[in-house]
Amino acid sequence: MSQTELPTENAAALVEGVDVPTPAGRGSNLIRRSLRLGRTRVGLVLVGILVLIALFGPYLAPHAPDAFVGRPFSSPGGGAALGTDYLGQDVLSRFLHGGLDILILAIVSTAIGLVVGLAIGLIAAYSRNWLDEVLMRTMDVIMAFPQIMLALVAVTLVGPKNWVTITAIALTTAPRVARVARGAAQPVVERDFIGATEAMGMSKARIITGELLPNILGPMMVEASLRLTYSIAVIAALAFVGLANDPNAANWGTMISENQGALATQPWGALLPILAIALLTMGTGLIGDGIARTAAGIDRERGDE
Amino acid sequence: MTTDQLPDQQGLTTGPDPAVTVRDLQISTTNGTPVVDGVSFEIAPGEVLGVVGESGSGKTTVGLSLLGHARRGLEITGGTILLGQEDIRAMDDAELRRLRGSLVSYVPQDPASSLNPALRIGTQLREVLEAHGSTDDERNAARIAEMMREVALDDDPAYLKRYPHQLSGGQQQRVGLAMAFANRPRLIVLDEPTTGLDVTTQATVLATVRELAQAHGVAALYVTHDLAVVAAVATRVAVMYAGRIVELGPADQLFEASGHPYTRRLVGAIPRLTGGRSLIGIPGHAPSPAKRPHGCAFAPRCRLRIDECEVALPEPVQISPDHSARCIKALEVVKVEQSGLGDPVDLPPSDTEAPVLSIENLVARYGEIEVLHSINMTLEHRECLAIVGESGSGKTTTARSIAGLHHDWSGSIRLGETELAQTARSRSTDVRRQIQYIFQNPYGSLNPRKTVGESIGQPLRVFGLASRREADKRAGEMLEQVSLSASYARRYPDQLSGGERQRVAIARALISSPSVLICDEVTSALDVSVQAAIVELLGTLQRELGLSMVFVTHNLPLVRSIAQKVAVLADGHIVEYGETSGILARPQQEYTRHLISDTPSLETATSEVQATAQPTDRPTEREPTG
Repeated sequence: MSQTELPTENAAALVEGVDVPTPAGRGSNLIRRSLRLGRTRVGLVLVGILVLIALFGPYLAPHAPDAFVGRPFSSPGGGAALGTDYLGQDVLSRFLHGGLDILILAIVSTAIGLVVGLAIGLIAAYSRNWLDEVLMRTMDVIMAFPQIMLALVAVTLVGPKNWVTITAIALTTAPRVARVARGAAQPVVERDFIGATEAMGMSKARIITGELLPNILGPMMVEASLRLTYSIAVIAALAFVGLANDPNAANWGTMISENQGALATQPWGALLPILAIALLTMGTGLIGDGIARTAAGIDRERGDE
Repeated sequence: MTTDQLPDQQGLTTGPDPAVTVRDLQISTTNGTPVVDGVSFEIAPGEVLGVVGESGSGKTTVGLSLLGHARRGLEITGGTILLGQEDIRAMDDAELRRLRGSLVSYVPQDPASSLNPALRIGTQLREVLEAHGSTDDERNAARIAEMMREVALDDDPAYLKRYPHQLSGGQQQRVGLAMAFANRPRLIVLDEPTTGLDVTTQATVLATVRELAQAHGVAALYVTHDLAVVAAVATRVAVMYAGRIVELGPADQLFEASGHPYTRRLVGAIPRLTGGRSLIGIPGHAPSPAKRPHGCAFAPRCRLRIDECEVALPEPVQISPDHSARCIKALEVVKVEQSGLGDPVDLPPSDTEAPVLSIENLVARYGEIEVLHSINMTLEHRECLAIVGESGSGKTTTARSIAGLHHDWSGSIRLGETELAQTARSRSTDVRRQIQYIFQNPYGSLNPRKTVGESIGQPLRVFGLASRREADKRAGEMLEQVSLSASYARRYPDQLSGGERQRVAIARALISSPSVLICDEVTSALDVSVQAAIVELLGTLQRELGLSMVFVTHNLPLVRSIAQKVAVLADGHIVEYGETSGILARPQQEYTRHLISDTPSLETATSEVQATAQPTDRPTEREPTG
């Protein structure tokens, strides 16, 4: 570092702009702007397609998910467009039926984890005292357990019920969200407009929800999509190891483990759900990345706004 | 417009061999809007050229272009920049790297962020030398010691082992200066290096810049928004407005007989130590680069505007051989008596019967450290009390304690007859309504996610004084009262300029009809002309609404224009307290005298610059160490 270091403002380089209205990242605005990025659009398309498959697939399926339509692991053709699985069920039908469970579980558990994590992170950031320490150290303890480990332990102990999976994933998502929320909120807490509301005597709950929360929505949207990505992966993994709510139901995770033996001869049974999960997680990841890049102004061109 | 047609070719020349020659410089955004246009000047070796202008005038952009650098989104699109005979614009990246730090160096605004916090200052100084090929350890050590002495810092090895955070702001900035001068550059660009420093520290830094530039024959470009600072450091001054130099000339001529109405207004906006005069802001604001008018960019704000002003861009008019102004009326303007000075302020007498606010034995702490030691002061009805001091003197802590924002204090603060609780939250709604606080930084004090109207109406809603609809209506009225249009209510803070934001903050503070208004350095983040307008507004509102006001500031001349009474704070003690005029005219304490003499002002500056022909004895070191 020396005097040769030149200032590279991250703000749009309008020279100390005076009367130039620069729209900054207000919530909805941020999403709209992030949609200008190719990656966000690709992510949105991927997620959109897979959500549509998960939602409407069951109505389009040619067979019932548990109907036997041919010999096990028969190749595509005949009654099964993509062949049959290890029991002789139609792969396409099971695939079309198998997404909804994963999607619903992932969204519900992530949402709960987000709300809890946000609340804890914001309270910790705002309190700035022993409560902050207690909350965040507790989060650290929970975080010390890998997410998949905790989920596995919970499910094996209590049984493969949906509510157990949701609780386990929400519980492990919350600390990660809390860390990000606290980090994002800390600099905001120091800003004077928080002091101004304190001087007015506004209640702490209102300051946290009305003043603090709207100012960290940007990073939290990124975090939400990232957490959703992880939740999908963990839930699919649980199903893969046979710990889905109903081990016989069609489920992308279960399908992979059931049909992996025949990857060489009849790959569709395993390949299709693998692709679906991969594309879904990639899609949510790309959306998160797009929002993050927009918020940070990485790909911002001058004159863009 | 081409360079050859400029009538001021000879006028700009300051010596036989200028160190830097800039001709018809044009810098544009990547989509073609010129940000800086037709800028030409020269700097002689050893000369300090001050570049002044408001935010957005392009002064920093010009400064950086001398290093061959344009900020992201900008590019240098025309003109020549000659360093001696070398053309900076023709250089490739490798040559520019060699140039920077050796032939041209740069001192940024914030010393704290320009030093690497993980490296000892000695190491960083050595890096600068090594980066440009000097690898002999022994010679470098001797050179570093010399550099440290030049900037009046300790040269012993223990001091060099310190980390940047162990130095005060002024010391950090002087390390920055030492680095900048390390390789004996031919040109040094200083970008507001004293903004954020105390007046005493600022005075020593300014003196150091002047002396070093002169002693080593280094040309210096000093970019600042503060006219008083420029008057203290520069021999010649370029005034920038909307991307062009509107006036260029020797400092004393420029300030005493300005040829451009804009310069005149700027000079009028500066608070003076002598005589409390009302400050006059410049109405309106500078046009953004894309919206600059065809003719004179200042015309829409100019009182002397004639139709001809808007027809074509005025060419520089030669006022004297080395003084030119881009105004078709320059020769008339220069003859007019400096009329920018406001009338003497007539501060209303304060009602001494019953103090509105009385502070007794106020002791405030940060953890273990006592930062205020038994402060006593009273604020009378309709009075403005200024609290003045350097950073760390405890002035803001006093203000925050009164507002209940600083919690760790003891002693007594009474509002009328009511004893105040320590925290705002534990005070009654009525007390919170009566004491309102305006923060220093208008960029931080408004919630970026709330519209201006919501922010202004918020106190009414929190105090339960109005419904949402009523609050909105009152917010509109308040906007009018602070001279903004009611349509601003729907805007968001990031769509407003700094001055407009501060007006919004004032509107928010006044909407609940408080009796005491606490202003914490409310103008320090603003341009001079905007500061003048804000102070003008506060003064008017105070008189109209019968407010009592606590005005915290480090700017002594400003006090003159607004406050009847002043308390000078130093290290948590009140060193002087009483009538403003008396204290500023006849300070009893050494500390106050220092504060006054170190404050850059147009009155003291002219003599100082002339005095630099001989090495001056530097003002005493007053900064804390460690």
